[in-house]
Amino acid sequence: MGVLLATRNLRGVDQVFAPPGEAWQPVSRALVRLRRAVLLFWVAVLIVVSVIAGAVIAWWITGIGAAIALIALVWGLLLIPRNWRAWGYAERDDDLLVKHGVLVRKLSVVPYGRMQFVDVNSGPLERRVGIATVQLHTASPATDARIPGLPPDEAARLRDRLAALGEARAAGL
Amino acid sequence: MTGEERPDEERRAAGFRGAADPTPAHFQRLHPLTPLLRGWAWLAAAIVFGSQNAIASGDPRRFAIVIPVVAILGFGFGFASWWFTRYGFDGDDLRIDSGIFQRRSRRVRMDRLQAVDIVRPLAGRLLGLSELRMEVAGGGDSEAPLAYLSVDDAMRLRAELLARSAGISADTPEAPERPVHEVPLDRLIGSTVLSGAFVFGVVVFLAIAVVVATGSGRMVAGMSGLIPGLLGVGAALWYQLGRNFGFTLAESPDGFRIRKGLLDTRAQTVPPGRIQGVAMRQPLLWRIRGWVRIDVDVAGYSGSSSAPQTSTLLPVAPYHEAINVLRQVLPGADPASVPLEPVPRRAAWLRPIGWLRLAYGADDRIIVAREGVLYRTLTIVPHAKTQSVRLTQGPIQRRLKLATVSVDTTPGPVDAVIRHRPAPQAREILEAQARRARLARRVDVPEQWMARPLNGAGDSAGNHAGQVETTSGSAPDHAEELDPPARADPG
Repeated sequence: MGVLLATRNLRGVDQVFAPPGEAWQPVSRALVRLRRAVLLFWVAVLIVVSVIAGAVIAWWITGIGAAIALIALVWGLLLIPRNWRAWGYAERDDDLLVKHGVLVRKLSVVPYGRMQFVDVNSGPLERRVGIATVQLHTASPATDARIPGLPPDEAARLRDRLAALGEARAAGL
Repeated sequence: MTGEERPDEERRAAGFRGAADPTPAHFQRLHPLTPLLRGWAWLAAAIVFGSQNAIASGDPRRFAIVIPVVAILGFGFGFASWWFTRYGFDGDDLRIDSGIFQRRSRRVRMDRLQAVDIVRPLAGRLLGLSELRMEVAGGGDSEAPLAYLSVDDAMRLRAELLARSAGISADTPEAPERPVHEVPLDRLIGSTVLSGAFVFGVVVFLAIAVVVATGSGRMVAGMSGLIPGLLGVGAALWYQLGRNFGFTLAESPDGFRIRKGLLDTRAQTVPPGRIQGVAMRQPLLWRIRGWVRIDVDVAGYSGSSSAPQTSTLLPVAPYHEAINVLRQVLPGADPASVPLEPVPRRAAWLRPIGWLRLAYGADDRIIVAREGVLYRTLTIVPHAKTQSVRLTQGPIQRRLKLATVSVDTTPGPVDAVIRHRPAPQAREILEAQARRARLARRVDVPEQWMARPLNGAGDSAGNHAGQVETTSGSAPDHAEELDPPARADPG
């Protein structure tokens, strides 16, 4: 088990997920605000439900609910900024690189020529904090090229650039 | 007078047809027996349901009235649907107009055609009818089936579709073919006998027999619960056998042709450059005879519900013959000669036994991933067909300094996953694969695989989008392959 328990020395420079240029393009900090707000909302719902259930059924349900809420809160508040920092993308001449994930790290390379279509999504909550999600689709459903938390201007710029490059480099299946 | 009539006519056309684009006059209807063939299953269901209902209510008169009414309504609807469905070529596209109340006009782009199948269900064979299915990438199940056509019409239309799709004159007759492989019946039966499902079925059957012969009443009752499962296994095996009965793989300038089926027959044509990925698989017991099977990814097939039926390139063949087929499917590449590199020993933490067989290799045309100790798999993806490349690293992999690379292809049974490489190497594979895919796309088989470039370069590699690409080392192979006279002589 010694190998499994080796120290976590990869915090700083991880060559495997190193950026192609100087640095990854980060996504907007507003993503953290959004996710915290969503987390707080669900924690509040959980507390309300467990208090009601505790009053109606048994007091220990409230205790369990509160414990879960507390763990979720601490865990989420710690993890959300880390997860946000893990997101990054880079536009190269021929392909787009997207990196994300804290526990399971992922890095996707999507050639512009393989792009079938681009989605820009911005839900009501996302619009409130001023961000949008850009997603690239290829002919493979496994392609994992989603960039959340882009400011609307950047999302529109990226969409137009991707569409233009996709057309210029288009290839058949 | 004419000034008054025309707007009226236009309005009627727009209103009634649902579009200001009426069906051209030269369009054809499907075969007149279509409503009969489509309707008989419904009628049978209605008779069964109606007779049950009549028995339950004890009133046979109701049955005598209901069934003719259902039959007349059903065939009336079927006839109307047949009447309003017409197909034909409109410009370069095949257009199918259908729908009684809500008109639908669908165009199939010929240069995007991924495969053409002629399916003949048993009832259709008795009536001399076939269904023509055109598979287009991203399409769902009912992308564009023409059901039903007469056998001659279906063959003629298939030839025309393939000719147009290839970018040559539409009245070019069907290209000659060269048989590549036939699966004899004894081998097909043998492969079924050596499958896990069959062995499982035999074991269960023996267990039941032993219990029945020796056992007490309660145990027999308990075991009898297994009989429906046993029947299910038997039906699945029988279905598999019937599906691949008389399996023939042939090669032609139009691509690969597959014919198979005992009761329902299916003839598939997959044009050149449409195969997105290949997997050679070997179940445990097939190792006794050295048999393997080959599955392929074809973009159009994935969307249809018949994907497991259509994605088989070879149901069972000896290894050396399968390798020969692979060489033909992947022109210019030889999967057997690509050196494979095993994973480091530390991958045993994640795959205690499987790490022994995990390996990957790449040359300038294909990437090969090997995996599986009991159920062996060799996955091959041509660089030109790479959609995207992904690197994944889980928490344990991070401690072990390993990472997994996935080469994404169109949906289907083939998934190239290169597991547990040393992390720096995984990143190298990721970057190299993106680079190789980019280079390979430039010299890939064009969508219109026989079209000559307009700019008169006079060589085989040309793209319909007008991008004339430089020819590569692979070009002579294609030129030879695309020359019909060279293939007219079998062998």
